[in-house]
Amino acid sequence: MQERVKAKAIELLESGVCDRVLGWKAGEFFYDVTPAVFTSREEIEKEFVFGPFCGANMSKYLIAESRKEGKKVGAFLKPCDTYSFQQLQKEHRIWRENVYAVGVQCEGMCDIEALKAAGIKGILGAEGSGDTLTVHTLYGDKSVERKAVLAERCACCKSKKLLGCDEIVGEQGEELESARFEQVAKLEAMTPDERFAFWRGELSRCIRCNACRNVCPACSCEKCVFDNPNSGIENKAASNSFEENLFHIIRAFHVAGRCTDCGECSRVCPQHIPLHLLNRKFIKDINELYGEYQAGADMDTRPPLMNFQMDDPEPSVVHERGSDQ
Amino acid sequence: MQVKEEFKPTIVAFCCNWCSYAGADLSGTNRLQYPANVKIIRIPCSCRLNPMFILRAFQRGADGVILCGCHPGDCHYTTGNYYARRRMTLLFSMLDYLGIERERTRVEWVSAAEGAKFAATMNDFVETVTKLGENKRLEDLRCKSE
Ligand code: SF4
Ligand code: SF4
Ligand code: SF4
Repeated sequence: MQERVKAKAIELLESGVCDRVLGWKAGEFFYDVTPAVFTSREEIEKEFVFGPFCGANMSKYLIAESRKEGKKVGAFLKPCDTYSFQQLQKEHRIWRENVYAVGVQCEGMCDIEALKAAGIKGILGAEGSGDTLTVHTLYGDKSVERKAVLAERCACCKSKKLLGCDEIVGEQGEELESARFEQVAKLEAMTPDERFAFWRGELSRCIRCNACRNVCPACSCEKCVFDNPNSGIENKAASNSFEENLFHIIRAFHVAGRCTDCGECSRVCPQHIPLHLLNRKFIKDINELYGEYQAGADMDTRPPLMNFQMDDPEPSVVHERGSDQ
Repeated sequence: MQVKEEFKPTIVAFCCNWCSYAGADLSGTNRLQYPANVKIIRIPCSCRLNPMFILRAFQRGADGVILCGCHPGDCHYTTGNYYARRRMTLLFSMLDYLGIERERTRVEWVSAAEGAKFAATMNDFVETVTKLGENKRLEDLRCKSE
């Protein structure tokens, strides 16, 4: 797959369709693959990678790149990235005519923590496509099942369908039955005190690095509320206080109805806070109260928070359902 | 013996200009009683209520927050309260999900003619929040000055 993607990237540059291509490049370690802009064949041959750690979602970068002068910008998008890509077009953030989008078939991205947890020591690299990965270690090569080391978001992938691309490398996929709301339901079934304890435990680890916001395609406001130094909420509170609730509720609320559940926020969080559990709560509620809705799946429906029905339930439904105090 | 002072919750009531604020006014001119610890903040429309306002109120020491607006269908701007209804439903559900007592938040539709309903709503809400006690889960100590 990597060779096919690289060949396509070179072709886009050399045929003159694009003058730059967005893709993945190995970082300091093999697993911290970073997004990069490639402008020459040499760079692509040397640095372009496509493997089990290419989690980064290119769509957010297209907001700035698609507004630049020059030829089109080429972009490689995984299925979940194409949902963000469409959602951003819907919000008039990406200028579609300046983008050449190549959808890439995805077999699921892996999580280095899961590899470590599987008891593999001295990991030097991992590669492979299909169901088995080859892990290079200090003690020789090992093979692991991809299924066992998938990232959380890929283990419960909602869709492998590539939407709205100019071209596809590999096979087109389909929407999947996914168990992504299971954990949300589990939390909902707890008592409020247990939920409070769970979230305090998770959110108090937040260091307010803003990585989740910076990586999120839906969080692409020109001015973010959390950048206002006069607000009193722009950074971490002292240890005898707590304000992470506000940051996380507001951020999740701002992206409610627009979050495609791409999973980037949880992937980049250095503190491993399960941020997807907040976003999925909103998605689950929206599905249950206002009808099934998948952000980015189409170009014409109104997002649920910019819409209403005369007979929507009253806010008191929240008080009526769920477990008791 | 020292008698512990009775707990009086701080309630913030966001009232839309066209219906509920006028309803509050009417309940005043009719000399109906509602507790003095309800702080009314006037907003142009119920859909002006940014969820951040609610969370900030809690951080700064509110024990309960209530939104009052025109009845669905009667919004001065035609549809503002329909949007507010969705937003508040989702926000309250999220607060509940985070383990924050869900009785601390409420939405009530109060028209300009419903002075009695306004007073009754406030009395009832204050009673509920008094039972819950002080808001500890959403407060931010930096914001609370003694
Ligand atoms: S990425 Fe994680 S630690 Fe950083 S602000 Fe977001 S939740 Fe907090
Ligand atoms: S909130 Fe997280 S899952 Fe949702 S769009 Fe943003 S990065 Fe993706
Ligand atoms: S947190 Fe809110 S204001 Fe900030 S970038 Fe995200 S959506 Fe925009």
